[in-house]
Amino acid sequence: MTKNWMLGAGLALLVVPPLAVAEPSDREVQQVMKRDFRAKGQAGMDRLQQDGAQRICTATDNKPPAALAKQMEADQLKSIVYPSGSLMGDWKSGAKIAWGGRGMQWHEDPKKPADGGCYNCHEMSPQRTSAGTIGPSLRGFGKTRGNGMEMQRYVYGKIYNAKAYNLCSEMPRFGHTGSLTEQQMKDLTAYLLDPTSPVNQ
Amino acid sequence: MRAIIGSAALALAMAPAWAQESQFADYQKRTAEASPVELFELIGEDLWKKKQGPNNVSLERCDLGKGPGVLKGAHAALPRYFKDTDRVMDTETRILHCMMTLQGRSREEALKRPFGDASQPSEMEYLSAYVAGHSRGFKMTPGTKHPKEKAAYELGKKLFTVRTGLWDFSCTSCHGTEGKRIRMSELPVLSDPKAARPLMATWPAYRVSNSTFKTMQWRINNCYRQMRTPEPVWGSETVNAMNMFLTVTAQGATYRGPGTKR
Repeated sequence: MTKNWMLGAGLALLVVPPLAVAEPSDREVQQVMKRDFRAKGQAGMDRLQQDGAQRICTATDNKPPAALAKQMEADQLKSIVYPSGSLMGDWKSGAKIAWGGRGMQWHEDPKKPADGGCYNCHEMSPQRTSAGTIGPSLRGFGKTRGNGMEMQRYVYGKIYNAKAYNLCSEMPRFGHTGSLTEQQMKDLTAYLLDPTSPVNQ
Repeated sequence: MRAIIGSAALALAMAPAWAQESQFADYQKRTAEASPVELFELIGEDLWKKKQGPNNVSLERCDLGKGPGVLKGAHAALPRYFKDTDRVMDTETRILHCMMTLQGRSREEALKRPFGDASQPSEMEYLSAYVAGHSRGFKMTPGTKHPKEKAAYELGKKLFTVRTGLWDFSCTSCHGTEGKRIRMSELPVLSDPKAARPLMATWPAYRVSNSTFKTMQWRINNCYRQMRTPEPVWGSETVNAMNMFLTVTAQGATYRGPGTKR
C-alpha cells in the first residue's frame, strides 16, 4: 500500500508541468518596491509605506467588502480636522489652486505651496475647457446644493480626506497628507460653493 | 456617395477604438511627419560606433539578445531574459550592461545623466533611438517562456494595480478606464492590448511636449514622479517588470518606432 502510494507520488512528480510562475503576493511586491526606489527631494521612502486604505484597496482591486469599507471610512472621517467658523475662503485664490497642477513631486521646492490639480480630473468652471474626466464634473456644484454649513463641511471634508466618503476613491487626501493648507482647502470650498464663483455661473 | 460613407466607416472601424474620437489623431499624424527622430538615430549611430570608456572600444559588439553586434530586430524582441546576467533586461538596461562590460565604464559614470533635456539629450536617448530604429517592421516578441520572464510579467501586472505614494494612486488610477482624460490628454488603458499595441510599437519616441527624445525608462519614471512616490531606480527590476508587462500586453504588434508623441 505504502509502496504503491510512493510510486504514485513519484509518477505525479514526473508529470508536473515545468515551473508555473505564481503571481507575487502584495507583501512581496512591497518588498520589491522598497528595494527598487530611492528617496529623492521631498519624496521620501515613507511614501511607499501603504496604509490600511491603500492596502485593502490594492488587495480587493478597489472593491472592498461593504462592511469593512464602512468601518474604514469612519476611521478616515475621524482624521479630518475642521477649522471653526465658516469653511468658505476666497474663491478667487481657490480658482488658482484648482487650476494649478504642481506640488509634492520629487523635483519641486517643498517650500512653495502645492496646488490642488483639480482640473486634472474634474470639469469645474465653464470658462476652463481644458478639464479632465477621471472624476465627475463639478460644474454648477454649489448652484444645486446650496452652501449651508453641512454642505461646507462635506466639501471641506471631501478635499481633506476623500477616503472618508469612498474608501477606494482615486482622489488624493489633500488635508490628511498635508498637501494643502487649511486656508487652501477653504478657498477651494468657496470656489465650489460661493454663488459668485465661476463654477456656479 | 455610399462608397465614400462606406470607406469612411471602414477606416473608422480599423482605427484603434480609443483613438476613434481623438481630436489629436490628426495632430499626431502631422507631427510624426515632421519629426526629428532620424536625427536622433544618426547621432545614436555615431555614439554606438564611438570608441570610449577605459577599454576604448565601441558598442558594436554589444549582444542585445540576437548575438554580438546584431541590431536587426533586437529591440522588438526585448525585454527578455539574459543568461549572462541572470535577469530580465529591456533595451536600455542591456545597453547599459554593454557600456559596463565592453567599454569598462562604471554604472555611476554611464548613468550620470540618464534623462536629457531639449538642449542636451542624453547618450542613452540617442543610443536607444539608434537601436530601436533597427526593429522597424519587426513583430514585437518579448520573452515569455523563461521563468524569470514570466515572473517579470506577473510582477509588472501586479505593480500596475498597487495603490501607493503620497496621493494613493496606482497606474490604473489613470490608465484603468476607457475614455478618460487628464486635462486634454487622452489616457490609454495600458492593460488592454488594443491600446497597448500602438503605444508600445512607437516607444522610444520624440516627445513634442518635451522637445526631445524620451525612452520607456523615462516614461515609467515620470509616471511615478506624478504619482508622488520616491524615484524608481533606473534599470531596476521594478521598471523592467513594468516594461515587460506593457510589452507582453502589446506583443504581436509590428514595431514602427521610434515614434513621435504629444
